[in-house]
Amino acid sequence: MKRIGVFVCHCGINIAETVDVKRVAEEAMQMEGVTYAQDYIYMCSEPGQALVREKIKEENLDAIIIAACSPTLHESTFRAAAEEAGLNPWQCEIANIREQCSWVHTDREKATRKAINIVGTIVQKTRLNESLEPIPVSITKKALVIGGGIAGIQAALDIADSGYKVILVEKESSIGGHMAQLSETFPTLDCSQCILTPKMVAAGKHPNIELLTYSEIEEVSGYVGNFNVRIRRKAPFVDWSKCNGCGLCMEKCPAKVSSVFDRELTTHGAIYVPFPQAVPNKPVIVKDSCIYFKTGKCRLCEKVCEIGAINFEQEDQFIEEEVGAIITATGFETLPVADLAEYGAGDVPDVIDGLAFERLLSASGPTVGEVRRPSDGMVPKEIVFVQCAGSRDPERYKPYCSKICCMYTTKHALLYKHRVHDGQSYIFYIDIRTGGKGYEEFYHNAEEEEGIIYLRGKVAKIFRDGDKTVVWGTDTLTGRNIEIAADLVVLATAVIPKDSTAELVKKLRIHTGPNGFLSEAHPKLRPVESINSGFFIAGAAQGPRDIPETVAQASAAACKVISLFSRDHLEQDPAIAWVDEDLCGGCRICISVCPYDAREYDEEKGIVIVNEALCEGCGSCVAACACGATQQRNLSDSQIKSMVTASLRGE
Amino acid sequence: MFEPKIVCFLCKWCTSAGADLAGTSRLKYRPNGVNIRFMCSSRVDPEHILWAFHEGADGVLIGGCHPGDCHYEDGNYKTQARISLLNRLLDDFGIDTRRLRLEWISAAEGTKFANVMNDFTEELRSKGPLKLAAREMAK
Repeated sequence: MKRIGVFVCHCGINIAETVDVKRVAEEAMQMEGVTYAQDYIYMCSEPGQALVREKIKEENLDAIIIAACSPTLHESTFRAAAEEAGLNPWQCEIANIREQCSWVHTDREKATRKAINIVGTIVQKTRLNESLEPIPVSITKKALVIGGGIAGIQAALDIADSGYKVILVEKESSIGGHMAQLSETFPTLDCSQCILTPKMVAAGKHPNIELLTYSEIEEVSGYVGNFNVRIRRKAPFVDWSKCNGCGLCMEKCPAKVSSVFDRELTTHGAIYVPFPQAVPNKPVIVKDSCIYFKTGKCRLCEKVCEIGAINFEQEDQFIEEEVGAIITATGFETLPVADLAEYGAGDVPDVIDGLAFERLLSASGPTVGEVRRPSDGMVPKEIVFVQCAGSRDPERYKPYCSKICCMYTTKHALLYKHRVHDGQSYIFYIDIRTGGKGYEEFYHNAEEEEGIIYLRGKVAKIFRDGDKTVVWGTDTLTGRNIEIAADLVVLATAVIPKDSTAELVKKLRIHTGPNGFLSEAHPKLRPVESINSGFFIAGAAQGPRDIPETVAQASAAACKVISLFSRDHLEQDPAIAWVDEDLCGGCRICISVCPYDAREYDEEKGIVIVNEALCEGCGSCVAACACGATQQRNLSDSQIKSMVTASLRGE
Repeated sequence: MFEPKIVCFLCKWCTSAGADLAGTSRLKYRPNGVNIRFMCSSRVDPEHILWAFHEGADGVLIGGCHPGDCHYEDGNYKTQARISLLNRLLDDFGIDTRRLRLEWISAAEGTKFANVMNDFTEELRSKGPLKLAAREMAK
C-alpha cells in the first residue's frame, strides 16, 4: 500500500492560532495510508522543504500532502521539492487549511475539526493518485499586447528588443494613451509628450512590433503558449496605406465632434487624428458624425484628397493571429464629473476634471498652454482643487485611494502658479499621500515656497453663482466652514477601470477584483501575472498607479513573457480525461459536451478517444459519460466519492 | 445547536479562488462546509451529489463561474442543466431541493462566498438534519 506523509504547516501563527496543528498531524496519522505526519512552523521555508525532502527518503514515502496555504500559492514549490527527493510531482497534494479554514473561522475546536476533514479528503485523493508525466506542448514565440498606452508600449518594446515578435493592439487610432494627454509629469516636471513620443515612434517603427491600432480583440481561445486571437480592425474609411497624413481632409471637414482627447474642450471634424503627434499619424472617419454617412451628401474629404485615400466603402476586417502570451495593459478612465451630483453633476461649466486641466496646461492643448476657463476663456485668478472626488468614499462612490491625485494636483497648482503668477490656488484634501521618490519634497516645495493653500477637509457642494463657481467646504484643522467664490474648480476624480475592461476579461477569461481592476495571481509575489497561465497584466488596468510604477510593471510583465519564450517547450497539466476502452460503448455523448473538440470517434474500435494535446481537463465529459468509461486522471469518480465520505467524518 | 454538514464542490477558477479571497480578506463565516476543488463545476456528476447526501451531508453546494465567465467556455451551463434535472429527482428521494445549492461566485466575490456559506448554514439549520431512508437502511 502507498505510504503517505502529511506535513502540517503553522504558517507562523496564521494557521496555528486558529487550528490545532499538532492535533491535525496526530489525527492524520490515524488515516488510512498515512505512515508519517509532522507539523512545522514554516513548511515553505528552506528548513521546512528540507524536512519534507528528508522525510520522503527516511520514511520511504510514496506520496506527500502539505496542509498549508492555497495550492495557487505553493503547489509548484512543494511539487518541485517532492521531485527533488525522487517523487513524481503528481504524488504531492496541497490541503488548503489557511485561506479556506484558519483565516475564515474563529472557533478553534471547529476550525481544527474542519482542517482534519480537509486533510482527510486530500488523503483519500492521494491514495489513488497516479504518477503522471507532463504533456509537452510547443510555444508560439510571439506576444500579444492589448492596450497602447505607456504600459503597452513599454512592454511591447522590451519584448521586441529581446528578439521576439509582438502584436500591439490599440482600440484608438493612435497609441499613447492617457500619458499623451498630460502636460508635465510629477515630480520632475518633464514634459510628458517629450518623453513619450520617442517611445511611440520607436514602437511604430520597430521591426518586431506589428502595430494594430483602431483594432479590438474579438475572441481568444487556446491556452498558454498557443492562443488563437481574432482581432477586429475597425474600418477607418481611409486607406492608410495610401494616406500620407497631409491633413487637408481634416481642415475641410465641416462636421463638429467634441474631442475626447481634449476632454471635450475643443472640437474636431468627423475625420480626424486625435493629436498631432499620433502614431500612426493617419486619420479615421467617425461614422456617426460624418455628414455623408448621415445624409448621403458631402464627401468633401474625398474631393480634397489628391491621392484618393478616402474610401467610404471600407468594412471592418478580421484577422487571426497565433500568440504564446498575452499582456493586458488597457489602462484606466476617470469617474465622470457627471456622476458627482454634489459637485454640479457636470452641469457647472467651470468644474472640470484633472485630465481636462492637463489639456489646459499642455503646450499642444486647446489653449496652447494658457490656463483659460471653459465658460468664457477668462484666465482664472482663483482655482479650487478638490481631492478624492469619488475616491475614499465607500458609501457613495469608490472605497479605494486613487493614488495619483495628491501628486498631480500639487503639480497642477504649481504649474498654474508658474503660468498665472498672481493666481491663488486652494487644495481641499483628506490626507496628502506622497509615497514615491522625490514626491514628499515636491509637495513641501509647493506648500512652503509656492504659496499654495492646503485645506484639510472635504468639499460639500459646488454651484454656479453669476460667473463664479462657489465651493462650500470645511477646514477640519480650524473647525470652520469655508466658502470660496472661485473662477475655476478642478476635481481629482477617482481612477476607475475602463468600461471595456469587463467585456475584455470575459473574452480572455481572466479575472477582476471587487472594484473592476484586473486581478494579479498574488498581490506581492506574482504582481504582473494573472492566475491563468500565459496572461500577464501591466499598468493602471490593475489599479491606480503612476507612470514610474506603470513602466516598471510593464517591463516586469515583458520579462515574464521573455522568460516563458526562452523555453523550448511548455508542459501541460496531464490531469486530463482518458477512456477505458473496455467500458466505452461508443455513445459519443462526450463528443457533444467537449468544448475543445478533444474527442473523436474511432470507427474501427467503435469507441471514443481523447486527443491529449487538446484536452484542457475540465472534466465535463467525465460527468457526462453514462457508463463510467471516461475518467479524469487523479480525479476519478472513486477518488471523488471517497473524498466526499472523508469530508463528512465526525459528528 | 444542530450543525449541518455541507459538501462544497467548487470550481478552481472562480468559486475556489473566491473562497481563497474570503480568506485573504479575513472574512469570517460558518465552518460547516468542506470544499472539494474541481477544475470546473461541470466535473460534478449528479451521482457525486447523491453520494454526498447518502454519506451524511445535510446540504451540497456547487460553486461555479458566472454565466459567460466559465474558464472552459460553457461548463457552468452544463452544470446548471444537470442540476435542474437532478432537482426533479431529489423530490422522489425525499430530499428538499433547497438542500442543493448552485451558486455563481467569481474570484472577486469573497464576500459572496462568505455570505452564501452563512446563509446556507442557517437555512439548513432551520430545516434540521436530513433523514434519508437509504442512509437509515444502510445502517
